[in-house]
Amino acid sequence: MHLHKYEKIWLVFGISSLVVFLSIIGISAFSFGHQPSGGVSAIDPENVSETPPFDDPGVTKIDEDTYEVAIVAMAYGYEPSEISIPANKEVIFKVTSSDVTHSFSIVDTNVNMMVVPGQVNTKSYTFKEPGNYLVICNEYCGTGHHFMSTEIEVVSP
Amino acid sequence: MTNRIATTDERLALTNIVVAYIAFFIGTLCGLLQVLIRNDSISLPSWLDYYQVLTAHGVLLALVFTTYFIFGFFYTGMSKTLGSFGKKVRVFSWLGFYVMTIGAIMAAVMIISGEASVLYTFYAPLMANGFFYVGLALFVVGTWISGGALIGHYVTWKKRNPKQLSPLFAFMTVTTIVLWFIACIGVAATVLFQFIPWAFGWVDTINVELSRALFWYFGHPLVYFWLLPAYMAWYLVIPKLLGVKVFSDSLARLAFVLFILFSIPVGFHHQAVEPGIGEFWKFLQTVLTFMVIIPSLLTAFSVFATFEISGRQKGAKGLFGWVRTLPWRDVHFTSIVIAMLFFIPGGVGGILNASFQLNEVIHNTLWVVGHFHITVGAPVAMTFYGITFWLVPYLTGRKFTNNMKKLAFIQVFTWTIGMLLMSTSQHILGLLGAPRRTQDASYFDHPSASTWFEGILSNHVTMAIGGTILFVSAMLLIYIVIHSIFWAPKAFQKKEMAVFPLAESDTTDTPKILENWWVWIGIAFVLIISAYTIPIMEMIQHAPPGSKGFITW
Repeated sequence: MHLHKYEKIWLVFGISSLVVFLSIIGISAFSFGHQPSGGVSAIDPENVSETPPFDDPGVTKIDEDTYEVAIVAMAYGYEPSEISIPANKEVIFKVTSSDVTHSFSIVDTNVNMMVVPGQVNTKSYTFKEPGNYLVICNEYCGTGHHFMSTEIEVVSP
Repeated sequence: MTNRIATTDERLALTNIVVAYIAFFIGTLCGLLQVLIRNDSISLPSWLDYYQVLTAHGVLLALVFTTYFIFGFFYTGMSKTLGSFGKKVRVFSWLGFYVMTIGAIMAAVMIISGEASVLYTFYAPLMANGFFYVGLALFVVGTWISGGALIGHYVTWKKRNPKQLSPLFAFMTVTTIVLWFIACIGVAATVLFQFIPWAFGWVDTINVELSRALFWYFGHPLVYFWLLPAYMAWYLVIPKLLGVKVFSDSLARLAFVLFILFSIPVGFHHQAVEPGIGEFWKFLQTVLTFMVIIPSLLTAFSVFATFEISGRQKGAKGLFGWVRTLPWRDVHFTSIVIAMLFFIPGGVGGILNASFQLNEVIHNTLWVVGHFHITVGAPVAMTFYGITFWLVPYLTGRKFTNNMKKLAFIQVFTWTIGMLLMSTSQHILGLLGAPRRTQDASYFDHPSASTWFEGILSNHVTMAIGGTILFVSAMLLIYIVIHSIFWAPKAFQKKEMAVFPLAESDTTDTPKILENWWVWIGIAFVLIISAYTIPIMEMIQHAPPGSKGFITW
């Protein structure tokens, strides 16, 4: 099989670029912990309201610098409806659904989590700027999908 | 000696193309409704819902239009390159067509009657009427019957011509169908064993995460099922229009074989931000996704090399002198070249989307909508238009008149402008965070949402203008198709007749192993098993109690 000289150059350039891209993604993910949201943790979708931490959804202070926020998504809203957390602290979001598939997506951040019934999705995020952040569902969930939203208040610590 | 194919084969191919364009007409009309609703220009009557229209748009264009068109193209090319179909091939091709059509109509009726507003990804536990899933299953089974008929035709040819490499068109057709068969295993498994028993109430619950993984096992190679027929035109039709041979037969075949290997074990890159899949497996499939970029790099090189070779043969000088020698006045050529140009940003965007944690930035935003409109909606669709301009006259034996050529240019030009406006707007809006698949994105006039739509290009007006131009362009295309079927004058002289432009391909250097299907299918399964077995086992073993069905529309 004959490869033209320019084609060799092109393929070496192309494949090297792909290797560089993958290395950056991989190092960023596995050395610096820039993982997409996820986690492997199942939950009974029928009994979300009896399963900790979703039996008492909301903000829990774990230690001085870490907060956990448990959120239940449902058509067409989130529980709790009001969330207030401090800026510059690590916030661990844990989200699940009590009905269909939704998302928990905080606008202007990289928190963009699929909410799948039967699964708990986890993502750690630190807000730099105080303010009111819009949270939307960006996975189609029914007629009222476009109304499904809430707000997170990020306050100066 | 006529260059046409057998009349019976013509009828088969043309029927598939006609159904494709009926779906295209309704599908693009739904697209127009969507941009106008989002622009607040119209509101739907009470019996019609935005998400119903959205489901119809996706199913009709992404599944029905593409699949019928692809089969119409394959039937014509296979009859042309391997000879007329025998009785068995013909019977099974028609049987496949009827099964597909019954399935498509069943699914369409369910969507129109509001029983299946679950979108074309039909994520559980949204539960449509069971007959929606039965319709989808029949559609897929129909494609298997038709695909099997084409493979049967190929096998017969191989038996008659042992030790010979098949013509490149036939090789590529078989590759595409093999890829489709392997891909469909996922969707067939989830529809037959999960959705249908659940939707008819034979079981109470469904394993949601498993159904999503099986869907995306199918969902990504699905896009290659659309893309490979377009690549066939890039490899085979374009060189003919330029008067040169296929750049390299062996590299063309190698590229297609690589698609069988790497387009399937990659579905998790659609599930990068969801729970239930270990990060190792998500990352492994990201790496495999990057492998499938290599055959596209091969294709890009071949295409541009063909351009340059033809230009140099015509005496072009300098580094880029060949650009001017290209047959820009030939709409068959120009439409496909514009299609290719769209695929450059389309492909780059695809690399970004698949890049593991980068997916968080754009997942389920309008960016994704922009992305697939400049991949399937422009490169694939515009290549299909370029094919249509000669394929329909070729099948009907009518002329492609000068007026139609002019109209075809306007059609290609308007599609380009409309798509540029709409997709640019969607890409920008998506980066800002505006969601996809939503009737409205004002969120009670929240300031964060309001700022999305204040840009010069990032607003609903641009999207609506783009969408409207696209619809006008689509209607021009429908007119061209109808004209070429019914009204264009019959071609009697040889130079008036449409031809099937098929470049010669020199197989002297092509290694025989490239046509050893079992080797490639075997490696494909090894890759699929490596990438999927453990995560799928985990989804089953550590499954939560299942979800019951919800009808939230």
